[in-house]
Amino acid sequence: MSTYVGTLRRSRLYDSSTVGMVGIIIGVVACIVAIPPVTARSLVWPVLLGIVAMLFGIVAVSRGAGRVGWGAIAAGILGGGLAALAMRSSVSNLDQVFTASLIASMLVFATPLTFGALGGMFSERSGVVNIGLEGMMLMGAFWGIWGADKTGSWVWGVLIAMLSGALLALVHAFFAIHLRADQIVGGVAVNFLALGITGYFFVQLYHGNNVPTGVSQIPDVKLTSERSNSFFAESFGHLNLMIWIAILFVPLSYVVLFKTPIGLRIRACGEHPRAADTVGINVYLVRYGSVILSGILAAMGGAYLTVGYLNTFNENVTAGRGFIALAAMIFGNWRPFGAFGAALLFGFSTALAFRLPVYSSNAATLFQALPYVLTLIAVAGVIGRTVPPAADGRPYKKQ
Amino acid sequence: MSEPLAPQHGKPPGDLAQAPPTTVASRLAAWQKAGGIVVPILTAVLAFLIGGLLVLATGHNPFQAYWDIINGAGLNWLAHPTNTDVANTAAYNFSQTLLQTTPLILTGLAVAFAFRCGMFNIGGNGQYLVGLYCANWVGISFVNMTRPAHVLLGVAAAAAAGAIWAGIAGFLKATTGAHEVITTIMLNWVAYWIGNYIFQQGGPLQGATNKPLNIPISGDVAQSARIPVFWGDADLQGLHIGFFFAILCLVLFWLILSRTTLGYEVRAVGYNPDAAAYGGIRVRVNYVRAMAISGAFAGLAGGIDMLGYLYHYGTTDVQAASIGFLGIAVALLGRNTAVGVGLAAFLFGGLLYGTTHGLQSGTIDPSLAGHLTEMIQGLVVLFVGADVLILAVWNSRRKIRRRQPTAQQQQQTAEAAS
Repeated sequence: MSTYVGTLRRSRLYDSSTVGMVGIIIGVVACIVAIPPVTARSLVWPVLLGIVAMLFGIVAVSRGAGRVGWGAIAAGILGGGLAALAMRSSVSNLDQVFTASLIASMLVFATPLTFGALGGMFSERSGVVNIGLEGMMLMGAFWGIWGADKTGSWVWGVLIAMLSGALLALVHAFFAIHLRADQIVGGVAVNFLALGITGYFFVQLYHGNNVPTGVSQIPDVKLTSERSNSFFAESFGHLNLMIWIAILFVPLSYVVLFKTPIGLRIRACGEHPRAADTVGINVYLVRYGSVILSGILAAMGGAYLTVGYLNTFNENVTAGRGFIALAAMIFGNWRPFGAFGAALLFGFSTALAFRLPVYSSNAATLFQALPYVLTLIAVAGVIGRTVPPAADGRPYKKQ
Repeated sequence: MSEPLAPQHGKPPGDLAQAPPTTVASRLAAWQKAGGIVVPILTAVLAFLIGGLLVLATGHNPFQAYWDIINGAGLNWLAHPTNTDVANTAAYNFSQTLLQTTPLILTGLAVAFAFRCGMFNIGGNGQYLVGLYCANWVGISFVNMTRPAHVLLGVAAAAAAGAIWAGIAGFLKATTGAHEVITTIMLNWVAYWIGNYIFQQGGPLQGATNKPLNIPISGDVAQSARIPVFWGDADLQGLHIGFFFAILCLVLFWLILSRTTLGYEVRAVGYNPDAAAYGGIRVRVNYVRAMAISGAFAGLAGGIDMLGYLYHYGTTDVQAASIGFLGIAVALLGRNTAVGVGLAAFLFGGLLYGTTHGLQSGTIDPSLAGHLTEMIQGLVVLFVGADVLILAVWNSRRKIRRRQPTAQQQQQTAEAAS
């Protein structure tokens, strides 16, 4: 009898949340019809679809699937609104925005985020919250370009960047693990410290001016000839080496985290450190290792930004990318492929924002807030439920 | 006798970490016990010491640098310099330090209030910014209003905007359990991009005269919306009476927390949400309410800054704004108490102005000194966060003190026995 009631309730919930999901999809479609290749030129379709999405959402809310339902309502409003914005521009402008090189620039913007998100994932999977990703990325960005400038070799630049990120992560790890300080406060402190240190030495070593031009740069990987302008060539033909490394690190992190004894230990420390300690895992060692690894990865992201992409440094060059990386990690539910997908999504929205001025500079600026809004929606539990590791943020005391 | 009472004086660090629901406020309770004003002072001294070592390591004289910063902040005005030129400069610098202290008090209170409810409001900067935008809009829009009403409307709008902005985070925490640290960080960046949007070329708040010149800055708020200046010249960023408003907020903060039911509920939820719920306190409502009040303080800071001395704002200002982040250091150093926040805000206000604007001599490059402030800020937050370290230091001091009388007692008993 009780099983019967249970299944009945579950199926009803399943139905209403399905209704909500359909609503979300319709909301997305409402936006898509307005941009190439469909390029609907009438306001009727997106508005109609947006309203239908909202209706689905309201039905879902009334039937008990609140989160998904509200998500569908939001998707309806957003989809209809964005479509209406896109409607106001000419078709040729839209074609200019949605080109094949959009994929290349999406990967460019997604790369630092991927490094940061993977780093944050290792740290948090071991049970240490890492708000300091931004700071570690900034350290990598400055010391990377400094290293490349002083040694004349980008390889040394990246290595020095990794070292600097590891050092800052060590500070965070020491306060979080040995001193059992509040990890969020510690992370905030690490961000301030990095801002101060990089700014101070930028003035001290470069007098606050630009780094000399012609610093050794991370090379591009040329898969196709320069003159080729096929879709593949424009998208993947000459991407930076670090982009490929970032893409390579995604499955690698997955294998390390989920298929090796080391990964099992990291996750055990993040889920139940006491149990991990009982079976002989050195919780402190694993957490130190994971936090330092997260610092190294975040710093690589920063190094890509300066040594690989901008080839210069200015104060606070990361400009919140560490926080988007954090958001990507949460959005991706503390999983490598999820985090990479979120990084791609955020990279895409940034790339799009850089191209949108073609027809509307105002909307383009607002568009940059999209990753943060999406993350807000994600942590509120609309698109699936984000579940952090059980012991994330809890200091562990050996007995 | 001393053993059963020992937990009341401060739990040993081991027990603290084992207690499963370690909210920020329950940790805070331990700090409060761990030793009045000594620990924050130690923290600040340590941070200044490490900052000084770095200054020394990079080939500057740390004593001269700090002395310059003190003079740059106008603290020499307190010593009544006899030379009138020096006195005038010092007086101006001191008024500017107080001008910087004003918003820092409020953003510090914002962080502190949320802390008392067991939440960490990192979104002070975003709330400060939305408050500032609203005050700017009100200040530009209702030009026909008379002065006190216009100022009050602008300030109220700013506080309301901050309250709503932080209330989103509180609402999400109460309804979905989303962690307020993540949501406030995200809201910070949303506010940041909104600012870049509204002040940019062609943005809705860009000044009408700036539009043809392609300058991404808002128009000036109307004269009627400007907060009266009581010290110095209004055209030269004089100190406005918003300073007293901030002081009033310090009193209000103390009153709300220690003398009202609302404050009692907030603190109860902060110490232990489960126990508070068991006692019949609506925890979720308190999350939203505490965040809204917290955001109102930060929004107020933005409103007072806008109507007090900024008058206009641009995209570059949005990108450089860090008053809300400094509020974190202020609240933590001030141990989330009204008096502490006031003193810490003065310290950071002095540092902020003394390193960036007031610096006179060539001992240390002003832009270098500005980054020194950021580093000191980071070190302060880092050390304050390490409550176990502080507790350990404090408890060892207590142990030494406790051991001495027992040794004397033993001697006495030994003498009595002989």
